[in-house]
Amino acid sequence: MIDLQGYGWQLLVGVAVTLELAFTCLVCGLLLGMLLAGAKMSRNVVLRRVVTAVTNLIRGIPEFVILLICYFGLTNLIYMVTKADAQLSPFAGGVFALSLVLGCNSSETFRGAFLAVPHGQIEAGRAFGMRPGHVFLRIHLPQAWRVALPSLNNLWQNLLKDTSLVSVLGLQELMEKANIGAQVTRAPFTFFLVAAFLYLLLLAGSTPVFHALERFSSRGVLRR
Amino acid sequence: MNTLSAFWTNYDGPGFIAGTLLTIQLVAISVVAAFVLSLPLALARLSHSAVLRSVAFCYAAFFRGTPLLIQIFLIYYGLGQFAFLRHSFAWVFLRDAYPCALIALTLNMAAYLAEVVRGGILAVPHGEREAATAIGMSRALAYRRIILPRAYRLMLPALSNEVVIQLKSTALASTITLMELTGVARRLVAVSYSTNPLLIAGAIYIVLTFIITRGFGFAEARLNRHMIRS
Repeated sequence: MIDLQGYGWQLLVGVAVTLELAFTCLVCGLLLGMLLAGAKMSRNVVLRRVVTAVTNLIRGIPEFVILLICYFGLTNLIYMVTKADAQLSPFAGGVFALSLVLGCNSSETFRGAFLAVPHGQIEAGRAFGMRPGHVFLRIHLPQAWRVALPSLNNLWQNLLKDTSLVSVLGLQELMEKANIGAQVTRAPFTFFLVAAFLYLLLLAGSTPVFHALERFSSRGVLRR
Repeated sequence: MNTLSAFWTNYDGPGFIAGTLLTIQLVAISVVAAFVLSLPLALARLSHSAVLRSVAFCYAAFFRGTPLLIQIFLIYYGLGQFAFLRHSFAWVFLRDAYPCALIALTLNMAAYLAEVVRGGILAVPHGEREAATAIGMSRALAYRRIILPRAYRLMLPALSNEVVIQLKSTALASTITLMELTGVARRLVAVSYSTNPLLIAGAIYIVLTFIITRGFGFAEARLNRHMIRS
């Protein structure tokens, strides 16, 4: 029916690279997003204004252009500093760019989620004698997480789709593997369609995970 | 003044102007086409017929669940795999990058827009539908006079978002050789090894985003002016 002419395994290798890239960006991007959200809620007016303005500006630039800026910009930077003929790996370029995109997009989500936790909860934590870090990890974050999850699900889906852009830098993830297969076998439609369904499968597979996470994080909340 | 003209020639000012115009053109045409296409898709999603509903659902799942880059490649590179298409009249269009990019961008945006339209239709207060029925309007007339005008006003903020996303999506047209804003910047980077052209392109995208959001803000204030309570 569908003849991949021996390139099927290569597509699966590509899926593994895509997932590796996506998970690395997810971790880095969410950490960055929390930091940016913290800066947006800071008492320092300058920091707050600057971070808000910069994240808004970055959100107006196409992800693809950010990827190219990160990749070529950082390569040029490495060259300027070391004068060595070094090049940034496409994977690292992808991680930088997509984490930046996810960080900027999720900072607004996190800000809203952190603000959604009633202030009394935090005061209660302090009254118990918890240190600020403790209050954050035990009280603030678990409750903010619940509010943030649905929107993080969206951001994760966008992230997974955006990993396909890194193929332009030559990273052999799913998209690039499909590209290679398409060129060698001269059956582009077959390869891109199969790759498209693999992306669809990855996204469909992550939906139940998010639903389970949502159930888990709202276990302490009464359902109406 | 001298530095400015040096900047203009060093960074291919005319190229950037042409690229910006092509980007605007891609956004404008694909947004209008997607807008037209999204209404039947949304109505199909809300239809009583299970067949129509599932067709619309599969369309949305495919175009929302796969990367736009793959959709562009499927249309530009993929369709050439079929001999009957290569020998048909349609090939006059499908062998060029520009129509392929437009088709991919339109089909992609229509899938997202259909969800927005569907949400807008569902958000029209039930009492207004009832009022239309009570006055004796047929379903089609109620849609035309009451439900759709209300729905489109309700969905303006979401529409503005989608147009900004579409602007960002057009950057991918450069992967199939179109010389829009990103394409121009990439060509300059390949020649000069400098990152500056990409930064210039980024700045132009920010300006365009700003214009779109401002434009929609203005339209929203104007179309919903009967809602404002003084």
